[in-house]
Amino acid sequence: MTAIPLGVPRRLVEFTLDGREARVPEGSTILDACRAAGKDIPTLCEGDTLRPKNACRVCVVEVEGSRTLVPACSRTAEPGMEVRTGTERARHSRKVVLELLASSVDLSTTPRVAGWLKEYEAKPDRFGPEAARLNEEPRVDNELYVRDYDKCILCYKCVDACGDQWQNTFAISVAGRGFDARIAVEHDAPLTDSACVYCGNCIEVCPTGALSFKSEFDMRAAGTWDESAQTETTTVCAYCGVGCNLTLHVQDNEIVKVTSPYDNPVTHGNLCIKGRFGYQHVQNRD
Amino acid sequence: MDLHFGDSKPTDDERAAVDALLGPPESSWEGADRSDADLRWARGGRAARDRRDLLLPGLHALNDRIGWISEGALDYLCRRLTVPPAEAYGVATFYALFSVRPRPATVLHVCTDLACAAAGAGGLCAGIEGRLRPGSGVSVQRSPCLGLCERAPAALAVKAGDPVRTAVSAPATVEDAVLAASAPDSAPAEPPAAMAVPQAGDPSLTLLRRVGVVDPSSLDDYRVHGGYTALRRAFELGPAGVIREVTDSGLVGRGGAAFPTGRKWQATASQPDHPHYLVCNADESEPGTFKDRVLMEGDPYALVEAMTIAGYATGAHRGYLYLRGEYPRALRRLEHAIAQARARGFLGDDVLGQGYAFDIEIRRGAGAYICGEETALFNSIEGYRGEPRSKPPFPVEKGLFGKPTVENNVETLVNVLPILTMGAPAYAAVGTARSTGPKLYCVSGSVDRPGVYELPFGATLGELLRLAGVRDGLRAVLLGGAAGGFVRADEMDIPLTFEGTREAGTTLGSGVVLAFDGTVPLPRLLLRIAEFFRDESCGQCVPCRVGTVRQEEALHRIAERTGAAAADDIALLREVGRAMRDASICGLGQTAWNAVESAIDRLGAYA
Ligand code: SF4
Ligand code: SF4
Ligand code: SF4
Ligand code: FES
Ligand code: FES
Repeated sequence: MTAIPLGVPRRLVEFTLDGREARVPEGSTILDACRAAGKDIPTLCEGDTLRPKNACRVCVVEVEGSRTLVPACSRTAEPGMEVRTGTERARHSRKVVLELLASSVDLSTTPRVAGWLKEYEAKPDRFGPEAARLNEEPRVDNELYVRDYDKCILCYKCVDACGDQWQNTFAISVAGRGFDARIAVEHDAPLTDSACVYCGNCIEVCPTGALSFKSEFDMRAAGTWDESAQTETTTVCAYCGVGCNLTLHVQDNEIVKVTSPYDNPVTHGNLCIKGRFGYQHVQNRD
Repeated sequence: MDLHFGDSKPTDDERAAVDALLGPPESSWEGADRSDADLRWARGGRAARDRRDLLLPGLHALNDRIGWISEGALDYLCRRLTVPPAEAYGVATFYALFSVRPRPATVLHVCTDLACAAAGAGGLCAGIEGRLRPGSGVSVQRSPCLGLCERAPAALAVKAGDPVRTAVSAPATVEDAVLAASAPDSAPAEPPAAMAVPQAGDPSLTLLRRVGVVDPSSLDDYRVHGGYTALRRAFELGPAGVIREVTDSGLVGRGGAAFPTGRKWQATASQPDHPHYLVCNADESEPGTFKDRVLMEGDPYALVEAMTIAGYATGAHRGYLYLRGEYPRALRRLEHAIAQARARGFLGDDVLGQGYAFDIEIRRGAGAYICGEETALFNSIEGYRGEPRSKPPFPVEKGLFGKPTVENNVETLVNVLPILTMGAPAYAAVGTARSTGPKLYCVSGSVDRPGVYELPFGATLGELLRLAGVRDGLRAVLLGGAAGGFVRADEMDIPLTFEGTREAGTTLGSGVVLAFDGTVPLPRLLLRIAEFFRDESCGQCVPCRVGTVRQEEALHRIAERTGAAAADDIALLREVGRAMRDASICGLGQTAWNAVESAIDRLGAYA
């Protein structure tokens, strides 16, 4: 949720959403309208402070007059549009897309996806035991964060966050193409040889857990990661005068990771290496 | 932007290849030795970023000279262009013609696509690979369609160096292909383009009338054969007049989407935002298609003239010709034609003294079918990965470099010449009421005279195939290429028009007519189509990236099965195919299941 900028009130666009009149400010997407109307459309690649890449295609809806389905996350509502969100056609595509994803990557740490798989009766197994999977080993090449591309759905959010939309470091990009496309630094080198400045903003936006704190990765491996036992406290980073907001995730009296609220008008979820990863000194109890 | 470059240094050759394109570096900020002035001056900002569109030419320069792109070379190029190395790596690994791993200087691309497969590419490949083993100094690569289908099976040898050497072997034998790869300079010359036009010399031809008649290297000869009369007429009519003629002619795009050309031009011309761009899509990569190559090789000035007219009508002063990377001869002919036209005032600041400035820049693709998609093509020219953009906004509003852009393919543009010389009414009288004018078809497969044919819209499939000398035992015809559909041998009276093929539940697509007789095993053909789409998916969206893989897997499973044993997988294919068609971002994913579906439904494959 982004803070609503104060400005000139925008004109309203009127269109029909599942047969009912809907009115949204000009420039809103169909997804915005759906959410305002309390409709739950699954989304994976959509990110609230990033430009929608509309690559995952789980949010597709039917728009009268359009030959193909339309991604709700990126198509802006136009006056007079007739949108239907729950048709057999749209649900069929969502189901198949979920099946395709779940059969090719590990979605076990993707929030909400288990519920959608059930809701759409997706059966990823029906592609058979030989169905190609990513089968990537986690890349652990630094002490701060782990890249586990076996979980990557190629949503491009980390690339956009590292690039011109958040961080402007451009350390990672999509390399290769088709099923072989992967997120990589130049020459597919270890992160430590790249331009990465370990701001962790890519971890912040990753929707699947493909990018995670080393602390979380290690705890998951040890079986000690327990989100239900964690508390979240938002505070102000003490390192410098910018005053970014930090959300400390604490389990058993230890900080296990640090995120940042998106609705902070200064940082929109961005941090630097110190705010994101420099928490060990806090819990140094000697 | 805070760019980080590795420590790897380019070799002298690599540096020279980049500098030959960009000129020597001016300061240590872009890779030169450090001077005193560099300490007080930083290079960056907009001026530096503006050169990103030279990334693809830069990668070509390296690949052409060295044969592959090393870390040091890529870093140096990035320094020169102020492009982040991670992004450049993403671009370099997107294209099939580039390699970021060391490989021999010579690469032999052997086509294994539909027409070549039917002509025995499998055996050819095995034979070549037996002769050119690893260590032979030649890397043999199985390739998608090389656009030489009328001479299938085909091979293309590329030998890196300064300059790069190429040789084509088609129809290829093991001997010829090996010779072309080991000594491209002494390989026998390719037959003239006119050999691909069985009707060459027929006075009733319109689009192909000059192929084989005119000297493709001579501007004067082009003018003797009616060249540049259309441009003069365009200047008489003025931009709005040209658009009116094109609209009245009923011309629709020949690339497959069949959009009215006049409407597109009008929409671009009227955009308030400037500059406007013209892009000619010459990235003809649909398996089975070679008509644009034949036009460009046989009558290159026609395309130069047609682009000038299109630019004039739509208010563009720069035209990009995005040419398939696998077309070395078309590249040479067009480079020559553009240079001559420029030298003689047919391009440049003041075209024909009419006060209109227009020039053409050639951009080479690098082996990516997807770059034929109009917005992927823009990304490719701009130096990004050739991934399609989502629409809207449409190119007429925000196209190349975010500016209003009109994009047409070669055949569409070349039609503008007869429209202006004959006049719209005479042009519109050719063909049928809704599909006007002449149409080019690429006929290959089991016919005696494969090649490019020109017929007025409305001729039937049977007429076309009889002209090409269809052989006995025809089993099926693939209409419109891999993204098109199969029709049966008993459907020969399908009229070749946009509306006629649509009524028959198929498509004209880009004009591919691939004839298969009973000797070609259908399941293998379908597998090749599936493999093609899996290989060529850009990977951006899930239905296409994973769907094409699942489609290929299912076809593998049922390749040897039929009837009930295949029923489950066919049901699966239908479900996945439907989602790909409905939910993919671009035409590639949306059409990747067409041919397979038509083979199941119309031909009874696996029944
Ligand atoms: S940590 Fe920051 S700099 Fe490093 S890849 Fe992620 S977003 Fe880019
Ligand atoms: S690593 Fe995460 S954020 Fe990046 S593309 Fe993969 S899933 Fe998306
Ligand atoms: S449909 Fe295929 S080619 Fe097109 S954008 Fe999606 S992944 Fe890329
Ligand atoms: S959320 Fe809309 S396409 Fe991914
Ligand atoms: S050149 Fe081989 S199929 Fe076209």
